[in-house]
Amino acid sequence: MKTLKNKSLDSHPVINFFKRIITSREIGIFLGLVILFIFFSIFSRTFLTVNNLLNITRQVSIIGILSIGMTLAILIGGIDLSVGSVVAFVGVITADMMVSYELSIGLSIVIGLLVGVGIGFINGSLISFFKVPAFIATLGTMTIFRGATFIYTQGRPIYNLPRQFGFIGAGYVGPIPFPTIMFFIVIILASFLLKKTTLGRSIYSIGGNQEAALYSGIPVRRRQIITFCIVGFISALSGVILASRLRSGLPTAGQGYELTAIAAVILGGASITGGVGTVLGTFFGALLIGTLQNGLNLIGVDPFVLELITGIVIVFAVIIDRFKEKGLKLFTE
Amino acid sequence: MLALQLHKLTKSFPGVLALDNVDFSLKEGEIHALVGENGAGKTTLIKVVAGIYKPDEGQVSLFEKEIDIKNPNEARSLGISIIHQERNLIPELSVAENIFLDRYPKTRFGTIDWERLYQNAREIIQQLDLDIDVRISASNISIANQQLIEIANALSLDPKILILDEPTSSLTETETKKLFSILKKLKSRNVSMIYISHRLEELYEIADRITILRDGQLINVHDSNKVSKDILVQEMVGRELESRFKTSKREIGEQILEIKDLSWENRLFNINMEFYRGEIVGIAGLIGAGRTELADCIFHAKRNYSGEIIIDNKKGKLKSINDAIDHGISLVTEDRKKLGLVSSMSVGNNITLASLKKISSAGVISRKRNENIVTDIIKQLDIKTPSKEQLVRNLSGGNQQKVVIGKWLSSSFKIIIFDEPTVGIDVGARDEMYQLIDQLASDNFCVILISSDITEIINLSDRIYVMKQGTVSGELPKNSSQEDIMRLAT
Repeated sequence: MKTLKNKSLDSHPVINFFKRIITSREIGIFLGLVILFIFFSIFSRTFLTVNNLLNITRQVSIIGILSIGMTLAILIGGIDLSVGSVVAFVGVITADMMVSYELSIGLSIVIGLLVGVGIGFINGSLISFFKVPAFIATLGTMTIFRGATFIYTQGRPIYNLPRQFGFIGAGYVGPIPFPTIMFFIVIILASFLLKKTTLGRSIYSIGGNQEAALYSGIPVRRRQIITFCIVGFISALSGVILASRLRSGLPTAGQGYELTAIAAVILGGASITGGVGTVLGTFFGALLIGTLQNGLNLIGVDPFVLELITGIVIVFAVIIDRFKEKGLKLFTE
Repeated sequence: MLALQLHKLTKSFPGVLALDNVDFSLKEGEIHALVGENGAGKTTLIKVVAGIYKPDEGQVSLFEKEIDIKNPNEARSLGISIIHQERNLIPELSVAENIFLDRYPKTRFGTIDWERLYQNAREIIQQLDLDIDVRISASNISIANQQLIEIANALSLDPKILILDEPTSSLTETETKKLFSILKKLKSRNVSMIYISHRLEELYEIADRITILRDGQLINVHDSNKVSKDILVQEMVGRELESRFKTSKREIGEQILEIKDLSWENRLFNINMEFYRGEIVGIAGLIGAGRTELADCIFHAKRNYSGEIIIDNKKGKLKSINDAIDHGISLVTEDRKKLGLVSSMSVGNNITLASLKKISSAGVISRKRNENIVTDIIKQLDIKTPSKEQLVRNLSGGNQQKVVIGKWLSSSFKIIIFDEPTVGIDVGARDEMYQLIDQLASDNFCVILISSDITEIINLSDRIYVMKQGTVSGELPKNSSQEDIMRLAT
């Protein structure tokens, strides 16, 4: 009784918790997901089964991981169009290390990941030191590394990867797909990075107001480079998982993935100009895209129509989000 | 004949009476100077004439006919041209294109008649006795010539009334001479001009009459050959000091910052200053005197300076803003929104933005240290915010300013520079700000106060540097008068 008297109803932890949920940016996308789930559960008997739900997280993991990297790039006020090319380039390099150079699986993966970091470093340097806008810099590296992938492979896929390598993309730990586990690890690490580290704070501040960040002593250039290295690393991870799942290094892999990743980030409530957004939001965004595709498949929608519907949903989700923002502003001001 | 007459002009903005019953007249072929401190109402007056603002009350007459100027286009068609202080040229376009901007001559097919455009532009350039290729892009000509191109642009409209807002602020002496000879030529062609300038000396050379405004009111009109600079300064400053803020008694500590022969680009020239712990040093001057540039050099936001900035007697040039902050320098910028705050972040995260190293180990933020600092600062500065998670953009101007200051108080600063700390802040918050600044000096920090508000400078400073056109024009002790400062600043 005493505690109740002292605490006003407003600051009660439970009420606060709900308040925060209702006003959070992710609420819109979350409700969208719930509606999709209800819709597909009604129209498909197989949709709401543990197996299918795990299947969705597996299907979405590669794009999902890319989207987490994209979240960092967009939050810092940039964008990374090269992620799809990194997926392909890292995939064929990793595959070739195992096939042509007969390196161990572990070492091949490490080399692949380092290549990803290297491309990220190039992106970051172009943006920070040469002041090339991120969109243009990464459009350039996207094309360069797609080209490099074709040159490296002569346009042919690299086959005959070791069977054990396939575990990363297609294996299971108990009932849970291994890529799903990787996806969640990346989510947790990226959340930690953004919420609990000085790098995370720097990313939000640079994306929110680069000049003010500079005038507050944030080493903007170094932070940009490190961030793009991390984005490169995360994209490379996606590339390794995809190569493993396909048991081959495909030069055409990951084409167009960058756009799906951007869509997931924007659906998740991030601002395209930077400074605002969360990993959780992006997770929901990626899940929404994955759920939509999975569900439409299950109820037997033509794959061509599926693409169309996905696009429409993205546009509408973003429009609703903008209205919500306006509404919230009216509400708070 | 009067070219222009303003009768009982009044214009107010929320919280400010910018023009209060002002009368003003401009004779045909006259150059009439308009002087006053920053915020006296000069710019508002010319913006009314140029059709940018609508007056709340009063009449505007042009050649003794009462008119109602609805917008800038109408003002232009009535023969009123304005040359703004900031240059408005489009750098990518050619000189000729800039002169005629939206009035290109057309061929009968509706395309631009380039030959005629260049020809017309050349004629105007020749009228001004200039030697500029009209085909090169505006970005390739000197600042002074850019200014003259603005005048050419105004002349292409064949104006009867020309308004010049501080046209000489970025010109050298010879360039100014050239401008004056052009203005005199225009005068002989019966063009009437309103001339705004902070450089009082040049008014004797160019102006026929001088009108003094202060706090939105007309103070006096003089014939320029019958008035001394002292009288002008006195009338510009005029008012008694209002509600004098009492500073505390302090001991001046050891020297902490010394500036030797500092020059930067073409804006700062051979500046020598010294600063001590436990004192408030005011830096007075008019807009464009180079005070913000000086602050940026000390803060190392601008590093391509020559000369030395010595902190704590340690030699060696600092490498970055980050380095300057590590050496205890902090800057409360004039432009809060652009340079001071990340408005998309919370109050708390803005407060700790400059002390990330302090609240973290190995790059991982300690939640507890973070919270402690934020809570302390919010309490210490009495920042009015529902919570530390509130976005800083939802706070009032005064509280936003406190967040910026809080950002530095939580860092390991020794020197704090305030650049126009009370601009856009209401009166109550202003007093609080003064107390805070005074307290910081009493706590043995070195406080540098840049302000265009002379009263503020006099009330708070232990010592005053006055800057003029990128140089230090003088150093004044505590309790100097407004006249002393204005004399050095103009």
